Amino acid sequence: MHICVCVKRVPLTGGKITLTDDERSLSTKHLGFTVSPHEECGVEEAVQIVEREGGSVTVLTLGPAAAEEQLRDMMAIGADRAIHLVSGDEEWDPQATAAAIVAAIGADEQPYDLILFGNESADSGNYQVPIRVAHALGMPSVTGIKAISFEGGRAVCEQEVAGGRDVYELPLPAVVSVKEGINLPRYPSVPGRLRAKRKPLEPSNPQRPAAQLEMVRLVLPPDSGKQVQVLGAGADAAPAVVAILGELGVL
Amino acid sequence: MGVLLFVEDPGDELAQQALSFARGIDPDVSAITISGDYAPAAWGQTLADQVAARAPQAVVAAGTERGNEVLAHAAAILDLPLSANTTAFAAGSPPTVTRMRWGGSLLEQALLHGATLLLTVAPHAVAADGAQVDAELVTASHHALAVAPTKRVGATSGGISLEDAKVVVSGGRGVGSAEGFAMIEELAALLGGAVGCSRAVTSAGWRPHTDQVGQTGTKVAPDIYIACGISGATQHMAGCKGAKKLLAINEDGEASIFAHADYGVIGNLHEVVPAIAAEIRKARGA
Repeated sequence: MHICVCVKRVPLTGGKITLTDDERSLSTKHLGFTVSPHEECGVEEAVQIVEREGGSVTVLTLGPAAAEEQLRDMMAIGADRAIHLVSGDEEWDPQATAAAIVAAIGADEQPYDLILFGNESADSGNYQVPIRVAHALGMPSVTGIKAISFEGGRAVCEQEVAGGRDVYELPLPAVVSVKEGINLPRYPSVPGRLRAKRKPLEPSNPQRPAAQLEMVRLVLPPDSGKQVQVLGAGADAAPAVVAILGELGVL
Repeated sequence: MGVLLFVEDPGDELAQQALSFARGIDPDVSAITISGDYAPAAWGQTLADQVAARAPQAVVAAGTERGNEVLAHAAAILDLPLSANTTAFAAGSPPTVTRMRWGGSLLEQALLHGATLLLTVAPHAVAADGAQVDAELVTASHHALAVAPTKRVGATSGGISLEDAKVVVSGGRGVGSAEGFAMIEELAALLGGAVGCSRAVTSAGWRPHTDQVGQTGTKVAPDIYIACGISGATQHMAGCKGAKKLLAINEDGEASIFAHADYGVIGNLHEVVPAIAAEIRKARGA
């Protein structure tokens, strides 16, 4: 089973988002970066599948030069090689992102049985790149997947819905978008990090086409305007808490 | 021209919100629903065929998982841009949309190009205006890559679900261990509520992911959300901003959770939570 997992570098936002002066990006001076959560689970899932069934895991990102950090992290938890579409600092819209991924997969000598994505990226949350890639590659696709197994050359994928799980069976090759909760991603080990340094990373510089969904500016939503009512400190606050619960009718 | 509204269930509140949003673009709205069992690519093809036949100005759906999925298929087939989880629309050429990022912790204003405007409406971004959705039933088109669920497995546990709970008692990193959740469970049980947790907790393996409240977990809307030892990261707040009231219990009076809270207790949750449980028992005379 040869698997390609598409990931995105995103900032660790913490408790408060601050914008840059031009209001076109987050101020990340004091922030660390990570792989968007659903996608990190995609890499873990791919590594587990290959541990079971054999094959290889390629991790692919479209992101700035600094995204090499995330590609090395993903190789440290078991991906075999990485493809880095170096994007510059401007954001790519979903159509441009999908087209770059399709071109990279088409140009790659390794054919894939499975292309994994996160259900939606943590930052822009466009909910469409995997589906666009699937149509362009002529592959079937499913989203929101919390379990994957294989039966007779087909991917059996479970999607959480109200009242249970819907089961989809897809012929391979297929595009599958996973959600956090499908597994608990492992942490990179020290030997894993050392091995990752020697794994192949292939950079290229695709050209960014004009955006069709063209971000103009970012806006912080209005403050909740809430003024917290402090009920007390420590265990002594308990009677005041219970009085409030009574007022709210939940006792 | 006019707006084509795709709905899964015309009676659904989110479909009515989407209708209200669509009317803000153009009062001439035609709604369709698609016959037969769910099949994302085939439904996307159906919508694409309807766009070709009707040439609407815009196509709108609720920003549910299926709404986003079907419109993404239609957008891929038609090679048009799509604005997911849109909160506002301003006419112009091209028009400007406002849409959610980071689960709603940040908004984006963007120009939406494209001969037909495709957008989904963020849940609860606009109020339903009381109009009922009158949807025409359309037969699903064929799509070569169509997949559909083959069966449904598993049933809900029967306990109080996080989504529907009136009270959610949620623990964060401050709980300290899997065992520490005993007191969170006890308080939730006393209040007939559900137990939640933050992403730090599921990443540490203390609770299953099904308990996670947040951008990548469950979105909750209880009467009161009791956040114990939770710092208030944007990832978490995206899951509990639907709560009517928020009570934060945290040792750190500077924690960002207090900026989102209606009520606060500054203190160690390992002392405060059992004291609240004891006080409830006392109040009930047990």
